Amino acid sequence: MSQVNSEQFDLAHLAKLARIDFSQEELDTLRPQLLAILEYVARIGEVATPDVEPMSHVFKLENVVRSDEVTPGLSIEDALSGAPEQRAGRFAVPRILGEEA
Amino acid sequence: MTESAVTADLEMVCQKYEPVIGLETHVELSTNSKMFCGCPAHFGGEANSHVCPVCLGLPGSLPVANRAAIEATIRIGLAMNCQIASRARFARKNYFYPDMPKDFQISQYDEPLCTGGYLDIWVGEGANRDRFRVGITRVHLEEDTGKLTHGGETGRIHGASYSLVDYNRAGVPLVEIVTDPIVGAGERAPEVARGYVAEVRELMRALDVSDVRMEEGSLRCDVNVSLAPRGSSVWGQRTETKNVNSLRSVARAVRAEMTRQAAVLDSGGVIVQETRHFHEDTGETTGGRIKEEAEDYRYFPEPDLAVVAPDPAWVNELKANLPELPSAKLERLGAEWGFEYEQMREIANAEAVELVRETIELGVAPTDSRKWWMGELARRANESETDLLALGVSAKDVATVATAINNGELSDALGRQVFEGVIAGEGSADQVIKSRGLALVSDSGALQRVVDEAIAANADVAEKVKQGKVSAVGVIVGAVMKATQGKADAAAVRKLVMNSLGVSD
Amino acid sequence: MSNQQLLTASAAEIADLVTTGKVTAEEVVTAHLAHIDQVDGAVRAFLDVDAEGALRAARIVDSKRESGEKLGSLAGVPVALKDVVAQKGRPTTCGSRILENWHPPYDATVVTKLQDADAVIVGKTNMDEFAMGSSTENSAFGPTHNPWDLTRVPGGSSGGSAAAVASNEATVAIGSDTGGSVRQPAALTGIVGVKPTYGTVSRYGLVAFASSLDQIGPFARNVKDAALLHSVIAGHDPRDGTSAPDSKKDLIAAANNSDLRSVRFGVVREMRGEGFAPAVLDEFDRVQELLKSLGADVQDISLPHASYGTPAYYLIAPSEASSNLARFDAMRYGLRVSPNPDATVEEVMSATREAGFGSEVKRRIVIGTFALSTGYYDAFYAQAQKVRTLIARDYHDAFSAVDVIISPTSPTTAFKLGERVNDPLAMYAADLATLPVSLAGLPAMSLPIGLSQEDGLPIGMQLVAPAFKDELLYSAAAPVEAALEKQWGGPLITKRPPILSGSR
Repeated sequence: MSQVNSEQFDLAHLAKLARIDFSQEELDTLRPQLLAILEYVARIGEVATPDVEPMSHVFKLENVVRSDEVTPGLSIEDALSGAPEQRAGRFAVPRILGEEA
Repeated sequence: MTESAVTADLEMVCQKYEPVIGLETHVELSTNSKMFCGCPAHFGGEANSHVCPVCLGLPGSLPVANRAAIEATIRIGLAMNCQIASRARFARKNYFYPDMPKDFQISQYDEPLCTGGYLDIWVGEGANRDRFRVGITRVHLEEDTGKLTHGGETGRIHGASYSLVDYNRAGVPLVEIVTDPIVGAGERAPEVARGYVAEVRELMRALDVSDVRMEEGSLRCDVNVSLAPRGSSVWGQRTETKNVNSLRSVARAVRAEMTRQAAVLDSGGVIVQETRHFHEDTGETTGGRIKEEAEDYRYFPEPDLAVVAPDPAWVNELKANLPELPSAKLERLGAEWGFEYEQMREIANAEAVELVRETIELGVAPTDSRKWWMGELARRANESETDLLALGVSAKDVATVATAINNGELSDALGRQVFEGVIAGEGSADQVIKSRGLALVSDSGALQRVVDEAIAANADVAEKVKQGKVSAVGVIVGAVMKATQGKADAAAVRKLVMNSLGVSD
Repeated sequence: MSNQQLLTASAAEIADLVTTGKVTAEEVVTAHLAHIDQVDGAVRAFLDVDAEGALRAARIVDSKRESGEKLGSLAGVPVALKDVVAQKGRPTTCGSRILENWHPPYDATVVTKLQDADAVIVGKTNMDEFAMGSSTENSAFGPTHNPWDLTRVPGGSSGGSAAAVASNEATVAIGSDTGGSVRQPAALTGIVGVKPTYGTVSRYGLVAFASSLDQIGPFARNVKDAALLHSVIAGHDPRDGTSAPDSKKDLIAAANNSDLRSVRFGVVREMRGEGFAPAVLDEFDRVQELLKSLGADVQDISLPHASYGTPAYYLIAPSEASSNLARFDAMRYGLRVSPNPDATVEEVMSATREAGFGSEVKRRIVIGTFALSTGYYDAFYAQAQKVRTLIARDYHDAFSAVDVIISPTSPTTAFKLGERVNDPLAMYAADLATLPVSLAGLPAMSLPIGLSQEDGLPIGMQLVAPAFKDELLYSAAAPVEAALEKQWGGPLITKRPPILSGSR
């Protein structure tokens, strides 16, 4: 069923999955826009597709592989060049809430 | 907790509950380059020195699949009796974490490379030895993440104020092997789990696809455990336990979860679906952060990678060229050498199969080969915390010593001294024997003279022996041994002394 | 050669002049940099102009020529590069705050190819943020203005590249086309824009929006120049796992075609109804008569599922984008916003993406996240991919009866800045002719066909060829262009009013 039930549309959950901290204002503007868009795109449900394969690649491409050879990469400096913060040659990131209690 | 208390615990647990276990192992492949780029896949090197736009996930980068990794995965699947997919796909597993360069992992979802296989393992000893067939649900291919270290006092994630990321490991090929739920192991569930992981490890070595060192992380294992009330057709809620870093921990973690879950259920509680953490020091598991909602990975087919359609002829060739599987090999050698499977397993665990075989090929009896490698040499390896291969003793050395003993040129005690010298770097067994002048005194005339001297020097002890205190003969034997600098066979000396004193045992 | 002549010369002409030593690359580039200085304050096509780098590159071309080295086919030609393409050491913002200060440590394959052809990259152009948009108004750095009328949009998302070429700031430009982002701005600015067959131009170094749809494409003021640039950038790339094998097709030769007799054109029935401005349809009808007069066959064809192209696209593209844009998490590059000194990594990620992404990008990320989520995947994403198959089949069937499929590129001429910004669905409607083509991965071109009788603004016609037959676009477009230019007395672009009063 392609229709989106407005009550079931959990925008807060989606925002969390997408890691975007929307302001309440934004959420209020966004919600009707998203529902309108989803209602519009839901019309693809009108198309009968009983034996149709989903197309994830435009053209039949198979077995595109590379040989197991080492090739030159980036210098450490270049690798770290965009880092918002670095320490001792590593990317420094903010504290992570632990997985174990 | 004592061993017997633990066993009793499990007995009680299994009276009321049927454990169902599942194992997910991750094998890091030992390819030259990473899964989707040409960066080196091996350990070592400064942090972030083995990276490129692709494995760093820089905007605009694109993955290209490593043929050797695909081949290795197929071989693993074949060795585990799996079906190889005619069309397999990569899929994106989307989630955010700082060690993930793209915040999605390229993995496989509903079209993996291998499905539906099995691996036979053996549990129990002697007459109680059973074959146990572990079903394999799937074997698939994916990429590894970067490595996090945590800043703070303990270096643990908890309480760290920042973390550091090294992406050298990001993109290394990983093979994930998932078992079917393992039912019917009962009290043996911990053993079955351990035996399975051990067998997987052996298999990877035989296939030469990975170093499989649990302590280094090239073999990782997550353990799933649930308990169903006996007689129920409904399975219990399962938990997943991570941080299982050795074979022993696999068994301990299963045991810990079985007893913990039983205790919870016994007291009327409910098992929460969660990821738990195994603690090496306590042998227990602790719960993780309870997440409000389960992660939604939003899998979809990876648009940047083509379908993998292994040529059937190629797959057949790979199958035909598989090496002999480890358990089959152990069975065969055991039969040849006259050892029980358990003994072969022990030798295999000590990584001594090739050493023993080489020694046997040099003409040493299997029992002697095994005696030396699994006895004295294994002990020395343990003491110095190395493995047998690193000791510096060769099969030739063992052959030299064993032969000399059989010829009466050395005693066991002298043989041990030879090995001591070899390990200390004094040279080969031959050289050590020569340089240390190790030889059993075989000239019985000379030996008799020493015995006579020792008896004369210990006349009071000799008297005691004649009067029935046989055990005191040890003093005279000791004196002879000292006088000959240990180069006599103690048993033979004792005989001589007893004869000279005219006393029988 | 006067500066004015250099600014209006074609790429082929410039390359010839530079190669034969009649003009130096430095002169060419200097003239263009001066013109950019003069007009870009008003047009705002560029986010970054690399004057130093461009002059350095030009001098290298000149010294190569002096030492007798063979020069590439774009020798000395000033090229503008859409800011979605990674250029080593140069700002590459994708029109977004989240990458405002990012300088890639590597070059896109297309950049290497341009440099190997001795082209001179003069700067990076403005775009809708992460290629999401049809007007370039979604740029975090302000919109680009249509050189034909500065109060109007140039189209999008490659609006900056189109405007740079239409205003003579660059001779040719590189854009990217996911749902029409090269073709539509080309139509709105009166120039030629091409989306090659998916897979024929490397995506390595193209910051991904929708991986299964994105293609890099050329902008030029005439068909031959488009063919020239297209030839330079196309080709198999082992770094791109979706890259097609090398094509042996000679696009430049195709662009020299003058014969349309017995070429069969198909007019898409579904792309001339509601939503299409009458003035646009008038010009389109006029061209159809022209085609017939040139000896071509023109017939109606149907693409029954074309109307589902828009909803399918606005499910597939955001889904892939939601995944492609996840990497912008403040850990390795780009913006980092910490809401407080003790913030967790989750908080930093969320605050950064909130601050760094514009509203259209956020909208699409949420749509995409939804379409892929558990419980909705089958009805939305998977279903859209099935509809895509049906659309591809429609084209395949149509191509059994015709050689080239045509329609107006855009339903309207350039709309006013600000007109559609608050109505996403209205904005999406701009793409209804271009989206189905992208879903099928087919090659397409927008060719300028005239000016609107109503507002005097440019109108483009979209030509679509079967997969891997990109040369048909050129061989079909060239005679049309020649005939039209004869009617106009020169290229359409010469009818553009001066950008600034007193200048040209």
